[in-house]
Amino acid sequence: MRRRLACAGAAVFLLVMTFYLFLEQTLNAFQLGVMLFLMAAGLTLVFGIMNMINLAHGSFYMIGAYVSAYVGHATGSFFIGFLVALPVAALVGMAVEIIALRKLYNRDHLDQVLATFGLILFFNELTAIIWGPQAIFVPIPELFAGSVEIIPGVPYPVYRLVIILMGLAVALALRSLIVSTRTGMLIRAGASNREMVSALGVDIDRLYTIVFGLGALLAGLAGALAGPILATEIGMGENILILTFVVIIVGGIGSVRGALVGALLVGLVDTYGRAFLPTVLRSLIEEPSVADGLGASISSMSIYILMAVVLIFRPRGLFQAYG
Amino acid sequence: MDKPVVTRKALVLGLGLVLLLALPPIALAMDEGFFISLFSRILIYALAAVSLDLILGYAGMASLGHGAFLGVGAYVVGILAFHLSDGSPLPFLPGAWAGTASALIAWTAAILVSALFALVIGALSQRTSGVYFIMITLAFAQMLYFFFISLSTYGGQDGVNLEQRNTFPLLDLGDDTSFYYVCLGLLLGFVFLCKRLVNSRFGMVMRGCKQNETRMRALGFATYRYKLMCFVIAGAGAGLAGALAANQSEFVSPGLMHWTRSGEIMIMVILGGMGTLFGPILGAAALLLMEDVLASYTEHWMIILGPVLIFVVLFARRGIYGFLAGPGGRDG
Repeated sequence: MRRRLACAGAAVFLLVMTFYLFLEQTLNAFQLGVMLFLMAAGLTLVFGIMNMINLAHGSFYMIGAYVSAYVGHATGSFFIGFLVALPVAALVGMAVEIIALRKLYNRDHLDQVLATFGLILFFNELTAIIWGPQAIFVPIPELFAGSVEIIPGVPYPVYRLVIILMGLAVALALRSLIVSTRTGMLIRAGASNREMVSALGVDIDRLYTIVFGLGALLAGLAGALAGPILATEIGMGENILILTFVVIIVGGIGSVRGALVGALLVGLVDTYGRAFLPTVLRSLIEEPSVADGLGASISSMSIYILMAVVLIFRPRGLFQAYG
Repeated sequence: MDKPVVTRKALVLGLGLVLLLALPPIALAMDEGFFISLFSRILIYALAAVSLDLILGYAGMASLGHGAFLGVGAYVVGILAFHLSDGSPLPFLPGAWAGTASALIAWTAAILVSALFALVIGALSQRTSGVYFIMITLAFAQMLYFFFISLSTYGGQDGVNLEQRNTFPLLDLGDDTSFYYVCLGLLLGFVFLCKRLVNSRFGMVMRGCKQNETRMRALGFATYRYKLMCFVIAGAGAGLAGALAANQSEFVSPGLMHWTRSGEIMIMVILGGMGTLFGPILGAAALLLMEDVLASYTEHWMIILGPVLIFVVLFARRGIYGFLAGPGGRDG
């Protein structure tokens, strides 16, 4: 009897531990998910409204991260750096749109890929010239340092919680912008039929520049937020860019709701894959090194598998754009 | 008006061919043997770019995962060589097969295996079109990239070193000049094959698909099969390029499959002139030479290359080949 109780106790203990681990990983997944959403929202709007593939979207993320790190370091305040980074990213985005990308909206997607690939090279080198090739590390701001217990016994870093809340707040703000303002109405109209919008006398060029700037601002926000948890380095934009493309393809191009669902889905699949797959495989495969290698590679592949499966069954993504 | 005896296109092609044929002796005479290996690399990437152009420029399938086949071809050569020096039997095969360093076997295997990969990837990717096709091919390439990183037997992230180049009957591939001419021969052979292909009935159907697939289907063509076949041929061509690339650098790594590599191949095609067979060769030469020349001037050469690419897209829409060969430059 006592033995059985001990067994049950151990099982409960294991279950609780698994639950804690699960909770922690779910929060990590949400944190990755909202970062991806910040990137994806702008990219999917530019894609859906201007019909433009912008590979340089990751560059705005990098610019946001670098400006925030640099200004934050120079002034000694993370928040000043953060507040300076957002308008800088938006202004760079608008400048790029006016100087180069505006001429590409009616061109083939391949031309857009080539030109924006050129922009990536340009921005990466420019960053290397200004700030040097080494990665910059940004400390977590003191206000958000340390961790809190979300439920008793489960500590979680405050800063990551802040990112999650920030991302959700932006999602809500974006929703009210799109649903209940005039600009939002034009954005929705542009996504479903841009010729009609311009035929109705809307200054479509200005709308495009605004949307582009908004997208760049959100990307810069993501970059500035990422600074303290990831290394600020050249090429950071490309890594997240590919994930972002997965998100908007899974969610359906042009749909902000799809971007949110896709971002959370990709965050969950990627985080759970990395956290739990190696353990699961290790219990199935005897050789631990083989299991670890396989687990690492399958979890790196998992989001691409997700995207391929979604596209095979829903060739236009999970959500259709408005209209 | 009479047709001129020598058209602009013939002049450009003739000059290009003479230049390529005469390059090794000139380079050796100038004591710049480095050029031979640089141009071998150009020829190899040209082969990959031509194969991409077959699906991109003629069949209208924009694949951003072409590096995958390059990598698969390279890994076939690398794995065969690895098991030859290791003495262990080949994996994934029933029975105990030994590795090999014979070019004829290894390169054929590279072509077949990458064609097989292209068959599977193509069959699934064909369900989508447009931007979604770009992204699903990218997804498959990334999957293979991470798969090869996980193969710790073959060096994982670091890849495999080849002890020596493959052996070829009557030729010593270790000699840069012989290797260069083998690459040139294979490139010309592949271009010839593609030229026959795009002007055949098969090629006409492919080009019809690019212009209006619905209409082709209404005319009774099984467009899915045509496009898939085309994708497989392109994959096989890239696989051969991969096998050559492995030999050229005597090194194979997952980096060959990274999406930026696929992007570079796509840039070569667009830069040189999409929908032409000779354009991608010029594009490969232009991109790799530009990298080489700019890198010798400044460490920050990409800050020049980037705007050059944007400029090409904005103002030189028909690519280098279209600029050189004029309006009559299209093949077929």
